[in-house]
Amino acid sequence: MTAIKIDERVQRVSLITKALRRPELGALIGALVIFTVFAVVDTTGQFAQLQGAAGWTKFAAPIGIVSIFVALLMIAGEFDLSSGVMVGSAGLLLGNLISEAHMGVWPAILTTLVFAALVGLANGFLVIRTGLPSFIVTLATFFVLKGVNLAVTKLITGTVRVDGVDTGEGFDSARSWFATKIEFGGASFQVSVIWWIGFTIFATWLLTRTTFGNWIFASGGDANAARNAGVPVARTKITLFVLTSVAAALVGCMTLLELRGMQAGQGIGQEFYYIIAAAVGGTLLTGGAGSAIGASIGATIMGFAAIGIPYALWDQDWVSTFLGVILFLAVLVNTWLSKQAKGARK
Amino acid sequence: MNAKKSADPILELKGVGKSFGNVVALRDVDIAVYPGQVTCVLGDNGAGKSTLIKILSGVHKASEGEFLISGQKTEFNSPRDAMSKGIATVFQDLATVPLMSVWRNFFLGNEPKKWWKPLGILHTKFAKETAKTELMNMGIDLRDTNQAIGTLSGGERQAVAIARAVYFGANVLILDEPTSALGVRQSGIVLKYILAARERGVAVIFITHNPHHAFLVGDHFYLLNRGRMNASFVREKVQLDELIQAMAGGAELDTLTHEISVIRQD
Repeated sequence: MTAIKIDERVQRVSLITKALRRPELGALIGALVIFTVFAVVDTTGQFAQLQGAAGWTKFAAPIGIVSIFVALLMIAGEFDLSSGVMVGSAGLLLGNLISEAHMGVWPAILTTLVFAALVGLANGFLVIRTGLPSFIVTLATFFVLKGVNLAVTKLITGTVRVDGVDTGEGFDSARSWFATKIEFGGASFQVSVIWWIGFTIFATWLLTRTTFGNWIFASGGDANAARNAGVPVARTKITLFVLTSVAAALVGCMTLLELRGMQAGQGIGQEFYYIIAAAVGGTLLTGGAGSAIGASIGATIMGFAAIGIPYALWDQDWVSTFLGVILFLAVLVNTWLSKQAKGARK
Repeated sequence: MNAKKSADPILELKGVGKSFGNVVALRDVDIAVYPGQVTCVLGDNGAGKSTLIKILSGVHKASEGEFLISGQKTEFNSPRDAMSKGIATVFQDLATVPLMSVWRNFFLGNEPKKWWKPLGILHTKFAKETAKTELMNMGIDLRDTNQAIGTLSGGERQAVAIARAVYFGANVLILDEPTSALGVRQSGIVLKYILAARERGVAVIFITHNPHHAFLVGDHFYLLNRGRMNASFVREKVQLDELIQAMAGGAELDTLTHEISVIRQD
């Protein structure tokens, strides 16, 4: 903290500095660079076309939908490691409700989302009540659900897979909402892309234009100061745990409806993709800063890699390595950029 | 005498004491706080300043004595209680969230809303403009209230916290050692805002262990030592030397001065 005069400092707040202050800037630059690279090495001539876009958004949308809420939760200073397995739990629950309990698809989706909300509520309450780090609490939830997914699925179906959901009542109407394809300019996009864009806009609005968004930043920035100012920190965090869990469950429902079945191991490991997307998008791991758009850009970069690498005829086994390098570089650049912005983000 | 001084104190403690088990932290404290005046409470470490702040801000209840607000006997159950009576406390380092912008910090916990209130939609335009004008009224000239408050200096952050308390209707403003972590220049900035709050008719309680700072802005001075109110002075009738002497416990400081001069002669 230097004791320079205010006027001197204000002059330096140029448009560039303002841009540097945006948490998603690093991710945006990264996305443009990566897009260009894959467009150049592309052997199919489709990567930079709408067909290519349909491909990488198909991969990015389900990651993006969850990572937006994971980012909000991280801004509030908490992690949810059970968000990946929740995709599987929700899909399996929905599948079993439809094919084994013979529920209508719509009531089954509603039941699944309520179940997810309860799990999120449990995560939130346990974190707040015990005062344990959310990393530990949700890691425990992760493993509990992982076991449940496998054991209960085997118990009910006798296999490690749930099938036969397309016979359920209302399957087609639910599919038209959650898992259909939309023709656009000769390419067929997943409807999940629209959900993803909608959630990005909603979460950005929530974060920057509402009281609740103010509370999210404050809870993660300095929970004590927030409490002193009258911010309901516990309620804010619990709400975010619920939203994250429900978003993961929604993706689980979409996946099940699209694939007409689900493996018991679905979703496991995805939680890291969500955290990577949020971190690449400029969300601080220690909380207090970040953006929903950034998380969506992070998810888009993953889509680029997942489609661009096979399009370039590179060995697809390297996708994870690529993502690891991107994560490191993006966070490095983000940190450097924020220093350039004169400590506007620390 | 200050023109804004009204005859009646807005806040008064009469014979207030506080003990924790068999430890007596405060005993027989009498303080009168007037609107538009700066009341300084001076004390060295362990004098009972923190206990006094906690009683004033509603964190602790006094074990004995009377707490009067505008002449009415009052009892606070919580800091929220005190706040609703217009008593705001600015704690040294728990005032602001460093990564958030100045205007977000200014309205944190009291966000202005537009349209249908339960939706909780921030009235950002109003918030930015109000934060800017309110800070300007206190003499803090920030052209960009979008900057993170962490980029401001320690003194300026204290000033924002003071301006916020004044804006949200504090009649009594308790400042807990606002200058203790600051350099000379930054302390000067905070002292300026203390006077700005005083000019707006706020009763300021300035708690400090620095007699120099207190002497610059204070109208009344109370000295705490080992849980007791040792002495009180009014501005016109006291010199800085007297304050320092009284605060350090007179004779003690003389002995100390003597001992130090002996060491230096070696």
